Amino acid sequence: MINLLDALLVIVLAMNLFALGTSRIQSVIRIVATQGALIGIIPLLMHDQLTIPSVLASLAAIILKGIVIPAIMVRALRDAQIKREIEPLIGFLPSILLGAAATAFSLLLTNHLAVTTQAASSLIISTSIASVLTGFIILTTRVKAISQVLGYLVLENGIYIFSLLLVEAIPLVVEMGMLLDLFVTIFVISIITNQINQAFSSMDTRRLSSLKE
Amino acid sequence: MAYPLILVPLFIALLAMAFPSDRYRPLLLLPLAVVHLALVIYVLANPALATVSETLVLDPMGKIVLLTVSILFLFCSFYAVGYLRIRSDRSNRIFVACLAAFLGLISLVTWSHHLGLMWVAIEGTTLVTAPLIYFNHSKLSIEATWKYLLVGSVGIAMALLGTFFLAYSSMQDGMTASLSLVELTARAPLLSKPWLRASFILLLIGYGTKMGLAPMHTWKPDAYGEAPVVVGAILAGGVTSGAFLALSRSYQICAASGEGAFASRLLTFMGLFSIAVAGLFMIGQRDFKRMLAYSSVEHMGILALGLGIGGPALFATVLHILTNSMTKGTLFLSAGNIHRAYSSKLTDRVSGAIRRLPLSGSLFLAGFLAITGSPPFGPFISEFGILNGAFASGRYLSAGLFLFFLLVVFIGMGRTVLKVTQGEVPQDLAGTPWKESFLTVAPVLAFMALVLLLGLYIPPPLRDLISSAAAMLENRI
Repeated sequence: MINLLDALLVIVLAMNLFALGTSRIQSVIRIVATQGALIGIIPLLMHDQLTIPSVLASLAAIILKGIVIPAIMVRALRDAQIKREIEPLIGFLPSILLGAAATAFSLLLTNHLAVTTQAASSLIISTSIASVLTGFIILTTRVKAISQVLGYLVLENGIYIFSLLLVEAIPLVVEMGMLLDLFVTIFVISIITNQINQAFSSMDTRRLSSLKE
Repeated sequence: MAYPLILVPLFIALLAMAFPSDRYRPLLLLPLAVVHLALVIYVLANPALATVSETLVLDPMGKIVLLTVSILFLFCSFYAVGYLRIRSDRSNRIFVACLAAFLGLISLVTWSHHLGLMWVAIEGTTLVTAPLIYFNHSKLSIEATWKYLLVGSVGIAMALLGTFFLAYSSMQDGMTASLSLVELTARAPLLSKPWLRASFILLLIGYGTKMGLAPMHTWKPDAYGEAPVVVGAILAGGVTSGAFLALSRSYQICAASGEGAFASRLLTFMGLFSIAVAGLFMIGQRDFKRMLAYSSVEHMGILALGLGIGGPALFATVLHILTNSMTKGTLFLSAGNIHRAYSSKLTDRVSGAIRRLPLSGSLFLAGFLAITGSPPFGPFISEFGILNGAFASGRYLSAGLFLFFLLVVFIGMGRTVLKVTQGEVPQDLAGTPWKESFLTVAPVLAFMALVLLLGLYIPPPLRDLISSAAAMLENRI
């Protein structure tokens, strides 16, 4: 089981880099959706006995991150009639390199921090931190509103990975609450991106610059 | 008793969504606000009702924030009814529903003794306040809402990661992870120190974003500047107090685990930095609603500073939650009346507010004097108490800087406020029809009366409550 878990985590890490290096937004949506669904499967692999709450939580996460949120995003993309992130603030190759550096950093960091628990946990922590950093890179270097939302989703995926270590601390109600919050966030954000597109005839967030000192 | 306080507002929110009439829908807020405050006072009077389950407990800190928000909501709901009557040009369905849902979620924040649940509720308050900021549907309000949502969501995501780090720090020596406040404080000395520190930094960034501490405050002037004032008052007095409550929980755990000095250094620095940044941006500020946003940054800084100083300053810090919210209510709501009477929020166009709107103009001026810490108003007592606490604990540098920055704020804010209130009414405005009405002035008067009352006399039950909240922060009970 541990080998399979490690393999999945490595795939998650690789997907971060794919997301950083892809300009077609539809492909990025697919990558982020697959990543979210994969992370949803992990809790089912980690425990010997499956309990009903853990299966429920996993299912909810897979449906939400693998199907519902990507559907919302694809729709927003279609409404906006854009296909690519054309002019990111830093190029795609440099951002892959930056992502690789972030991954290496998180692996080193985890070795330094006192990791106290199960054998599997060290790679989980690195993957989590690397994904959070990747999310940050996407958020800060892309200018289209939709791409920034995708960055937020990668960041959220990273945080979700960390929660896999803490099953005892997070009751089902709270876990469902977190997923509900994520869903509503994306729902509200997609309404706003749609409004941005209508009011400014563009998804370029650099146009949102009237409010300043 | 937690369930009615949380569920009744959520039920009213659903009812508002289904309610057909735009004209009468806002009236739903009034019974909700009255019943909520009545229930809050009932709970405060009967301590036995304050524990529902392990995860839903209303402790003294929670009580203070719940009481503050409930009073704020009551007065704001009257104002909202008056405001929405004027704004009959657009549907208020979402506005009323989100306002009601906010009250339920913030009540959940104050009751949560599970840090994960608390996070869910705080994120919820972000989500229901976003449509409120967007109410005007203008280009500028889209921009403000986008920044609020994106910065707020990323910030609050950091708080979630911090919460998880905190749970991980409790997984030592084969113990299971926990996010229950009681359990974490009890096990505090055993928590893994590096993880605890990392978690505090993330929680400070995360909930600090929600409070609007500098340098994570960038969304704040935009959101407060573009949102309807009643939303500004709810954000500046309610949402920020909830986020401060969350921050104070993590401080409490750090203090219990012997990392108090680390947390207090960070808080003191962030606090002073926020006050300084707010002061700088207030100088020469032409937009008086943005000025109020910077004033909110300043006061969140004061709260962080007070928490950082700890010990002798804690009583005043807890009191400041209440005095800040009430004064922000006065300032925002009177600023809204001025904004509407002049159709502008820039000092180039607005002057002579005291002549044009005798009540709102004077209350705006009085609110300014109160928020900058002039006697005999409430914030004077709390700000002076924090300053005193800094001197008493030997932090002369912090105290000196605090005093200096307060002076900068007073001068910067004073220039803008005096431009607005004094002088002549512009000629071309003299005939505009807008007049002050009972619903838009009475709530401001009520806020101001409370601000004055808190400055002159704090009722003994409230004093005891604040004392026990301060004691709780130091883990003395």
